Amino acid sequence: MATIHLPRSLVTLFSDPPPRRLDMPAATLTELVARLDEGWPGMRDRLCEPGPQIREHINVFVDGERVRDLGAPMAPEAVVHIIPAVAGG
Amino acid sequence: MSDRVELLVGTKKGAFILESDAARRDWRVRGPFCETWPIHHLVRASDGTLYAAGGNAWYGPSVWRSEDDGATWSQSSDGLTYGDDGPRITTIWNLTPSNGTLYAGVEPAGLFRSDDRGQTWSHVAGLREHPSTPEWQPGNGGLCLHSIVPHPTDADRMWVGISAVGAFETTDGGKTWETRNRGVRADFVPGDPPEFGQCVHKMGLHPDKPEVLYQQNHCGVYRSEDGGRQWTEITPGLPSEFGFPMAIHPHDPSTIYVIPLNGADKGRHMIDGHTQVWRTRDGGDSWQMLDGGLPTSDAYLGVLREAMSMDRLRPAGVYFGTSTGQVFGSSNEGDSWQLIADCLPPVWSVETSASGS
Repeated sequence: MATIHLPRSLVTLFSDPPPRRLDMPAATLTELVARLDEGWPGMRDRLCEPGPQIREHINVFVDGERVRDLGAPMAPEAVVHIIPAVAGG
Repeated sequence: MSDRVELLVGTKKGAFILESDAARRDWRVRGPFCETWPIHHLVRASDGTLYAAGGNAWYGPSVWRSEDDGATWSQSSDGLTYGDDGPRITTIWNLTPSNGTLYAGVEPAGLFRSDDRGQTWSHVAGLREHPSTPEWQPGNGGLCLHSIVPHPTDADRMWVGISAVGAFETTDGGKTWETRNRGVRADFVPGDPPEFGQCVHKMGLHPDKPEVLYQQNHCGVYRSEDGGRQWTEITPGLPSEFGFPMAIHPHDPSTIYVIPLNGADKGRHMIDGHTQVWRTRDGGDSWQMLDGGLPTSDAYLGVLREAMSMDRLRPAGVYFGTSTGQVFGSSNEGDSWQLIADCLPPVWSVETSASGS
């Protein structure tokens, strides 16, 4: 099971919001995003843009490493942090 | 007679609703809504549903919906895409409900429709299949489709306005489109005015006279009396050709309002710091300045394309919001004004809605 940490600004977009920390099986980020989208329809659109690719200002860290490749393999017990980039204004 | 008037205000940091009774003297502010997302446009459909057009730097574009007057919101962008091989949609500029359909104008320019109240969207692909599309070039304001103008009785007809591209009309429900820019200047390109490339800032019509269109353009103000096939410039009498918003009187197709700014290359604020709205009651043949109650010195305010609107009361109210967070209103068709809100985030849009018996 991978452990996923979601940002507050993402979970509050859903009327039945996911928990900030959840566990789910996923071998890649593509699979993880698909499972999140199954549970909370529309989640994929918030995290990914055409390509498909991770949105420009969304950072995904897998076991502490920033990952942009949705297809990169993940360890079964991976810890995934989804964190919006910092911004000014 | 409506007993409640509301201003639907989209800002850089969320949506707000300003409410008053029919006297329109005392206003209450509600919000911010939509998780303080940047909201380009907030509208209320005839069934009472609120829709907000958002574009968030992290999470992309989405349309927000509230069926309980703003208490709770949901959002969806399902189908709001040009596909994995197409350009990335960054934000939604305009939402226009019409006959049970909700239309969305997006950046980069395109038109989408939802027939299930904003849950899913489909691309009105015919517009971007126009042969001019590869030559569309964004201006400083981007390549946004900001004006959606359905014909009031013919569901197959619609006009749209795209910044730095111009006006288009469809007469077959969106399958095909034709340019509607003849007579409109484009001083930022050399030579004669082109077929497209004009920078329309805001365009609209009055439902009682749907062949009469008006537009505030980057290069002047225009009227068309034949559905946009030919435009006549009505700038003479105004202190500047440049401005963004335009509002059409709800009960008089010959009365429109514009807010001239000092110039495209001069800061785009009120002329000499003097806040002024201009009104014509004869379709643009003559203009009157309206500044009663507005700050007339040291007021370097800007007003963006979607940030002026009118209510449907008699006399009609006129409202505009500024890029520094003020909202001004008039309950007497612009003859006098009051400050309604002073400390909102930068205002991007003002729409009106009324309810009551």
